[in-house]
Amino acid sequence: MYRYDEYDQTLVDERVRQFRGQVARRLAGELTEDEFKPLRLMNGLYLQLHAYMLRVAIPYGLLSAVQMRKLAHIARRYDRGYGHFTTRQNIQYNWPRLEDTPDILAELARVEMHAIQTSGNSFRNTTTDQYAGVAADEIEDPRVYCEIIRQWSTLHPEFSFLPRKFKIAVTGAPNDRAAVRLHDIGLIMRRGDAGETGFEVIVGGGQGRTPFVGPTIREFLPKKHLLSYLEAIMRVYNQLGRRDNLFKARIKILVHEVGAEKFTAMVEEEWQNIKRDIKDGALDLPAEEVERIRAHFAPPPYETLAAAQPAFEEKKRADGAFATWADTNLAAHKVPGYAIVNLSLKPVGGIPGDATADQMDAVADLAEHYSFGEIRVTHEQNLVLADVRRTDLHALWRKLRDIGLATPNLGLVSDIIACPGLDYCGLANARSIPVAQRIGNRFADLKRQHDIGELKIKISGCINACGHHHVGHIGILGLERKGEEYYQITLGGSADQDAAIGKIVGPAFSSEDVVDAVETVVNTYVELRQNGERFIDTYRRVGKEPFKERLYAAD
Amino acid sequence: MPLIRDGAPVDDPWVTVDDGTQLPMDGPAMVSLERWQAHRDELLGRNAPLGIRLKSDQSPALIADDLDRFAVVALEFPVFRDGRAYSHARLLRERYGYRGEVRAVGEVLRDQFLFMVRCGFDALEVRDEKAVEQWREAVSEISVVYQPAADSATPVWALRRRRYAAE
Repeated sequence: MYRYDEYDQTLVDERVRQFRGQVARRLAGELTEDEFKPLRLMNGLYLQLHAYMLRVAIPYGLLSAVQMRKLAHIARRYDRGYGHFTTRQNIQYNWPRLEDTPDILAELARVEMHAIQTSGNSFRNTTTDQYAGVAADEIEDPRVYCEIIRQWSTLHPEFSFLPRKFKIAVTGAPNDRAAVRLHDIGLIMRRGDAGETGFEVIVGGGQGRTPFVGPTIREFLPKKHLLSYLEAIMRVYNQLGRRDNLFKARIKILVHEVGAEKFTAMVEEEWQNIKRDIKDGALDLPAEEVERIRAHFAPPPYETLAAAQPAFEEKKRADGAFATWADTNLAAHKVPGYAIVNLSLKPVGGIPGDATADQMDAVADLAEHYSFGEIRVTHEQNLVLADVRRTDLHALWRKLRDIGLATPNLGLVSDIIACPGLDYCGLANARSIPVAQRIGNRFADLKRQHDIGELKIKISGCINACGHHHVGHIGILGLERKGEEYYQITLGGSADQDAAIGKIVGPAFSSEDVVDAVETVVNTYVELRQNGERFIDTYRRVGKEPFKERLYAAD
Repeated sequence: MPLIRDGAPVDDPWVTVDDGTQLPMDGPAMVSLERWQAHRDELLGRNAPLGIRLKSDQSPALIADDLDRFAVVALEFPVFRDGRAYSHARLLRERYGYRGEVRAVGEVLRDQFLFMVRCGFDALEVRDEKAVEQWREAVSEISVVYQPAADSATPVWALRRRRYAAE
């Protein structure tokens, strides 16, 4: 993985000193909360319902075991013994004390981490495919470009006060596991006419109260021009994005209002100008810098193994629980004899994305023992050990089971994305976590979950859609009416290469009825499905009507 | 209001003249874009330095052909969150090659100074004397830059090229 050099480290160390000064000025009363707010937001520190919340950046979701232990230590020493992994592949702590935050950032800096731009109207953490570098379907490792974007977007002088926050996702594979069409900018690595790699550029996707699947504005961008093209998009947005209405300030609204074609023309014109403005091609990716960064992502020293692993197959035959987990939570690795292992942070009845300090420490140990010391965080709020020998899987599974991270539910009905909701968040209208927990309990029978098959439920506690409900196969949106929580259900959303926004199925359900409603939707699917269709396939074939009829039949 | 120019507090000879108010007979005067567009000839007939003050939704592209008429272009930050003027400053410096003073006016806070300087502002109208004292610390507390911009700072890429090539 990428390691800081002295320049990267200097910036992060200076940033800690700067923030320590700002907190000192705040605690001494030299800064009012109003004056302090923009400063703390530049460092990921929010003021939530009950306490401060600190969001720590995990660039493109990649962690070393050493970093994971640091996150555990921070959870134990400065928080309440746990942390919450987010849909931006970051981690947040819900109970830090303001006066401790400079020390927390200093501890993070010691392991090459920070909280820069995890909030505020600037570039947020660039996200990617959690299987980057090991996926069998990958064209090129996107993390090299994520790191280039991370550096370029850090403290960018022109784009630190954008109309609104800005999120970029990059994938190197045609099967989109990074939801790139639902980002402000999505980049998909493609091959050009001569076989060289570059990017398809998508702009203006997003969720929130006005969801859009982003249009492609350029089919192929040569890699060399990545940053000059991004600057062109950003400059158009910085000047023309709406600043009069918070809810219309994201780039998706600009793209929608001017139209993708005209927006594209504006970007292309600005790009031609920028290429002239910037002297000596100073924004063109230098080959030696790309190679320097690429070297950090060189494959680990894999052993030469046979693709067929009889011992692994034998364990599966002998141990049904192991077989179920292996069939559900593993993904194909590009190297024979290895597997990608998903660690579910969605135990039945648990809080999606939460991990205790002890679990984090244990995962760090397991990563060192079984997976070259690296861990990935997924945007679906799970963890990944990406490089495990198939012969080690059984031993690893037993250890994961001991620490509660072997729930065999990846992609199933209980693998739910949920935002923190009204339990923590000042913006929420309704609770999300208890709904996720109740759905998990309702479908606790894993046999039933496996029979239902792939089904993505996503829950947001308000229209800001942090729980990605728009792109859930079943989406649940929390609303508040006269002090009561209600939940609106959408069907048919999808975040992958066939991205789609879900459709509202009908009037909202009370908190009491919402789990029954989800079960009715699931049962309807089970009755209607044909020939091994997944939920989303059946929905696309029959539409929402059959579900609607069943849900509202009694009315 | 105190003015910092190239890092030092300076006296400000400029008068900002509101629309509809009589221009002073002599001395440097700064006018709005609207006034410039409506009274161009009259303004050029004055025998004194002229400056222009652009609101955050007024691109310098609107005055690109006239830039040699202005000794100062002031760019407004109506609130610190409105970051349009950062783009405008870079356009002035990098696209239109403007060499005169680019001045930040409005809500110009200590923790923005570094971004402003990097985007090509060389003069900042600040809230109070305290901000003048804070200037040096504010522009030097982060020494690493990852991007080329309108300032003379050397981006990390170039530093790396030199360092790693030497090894």
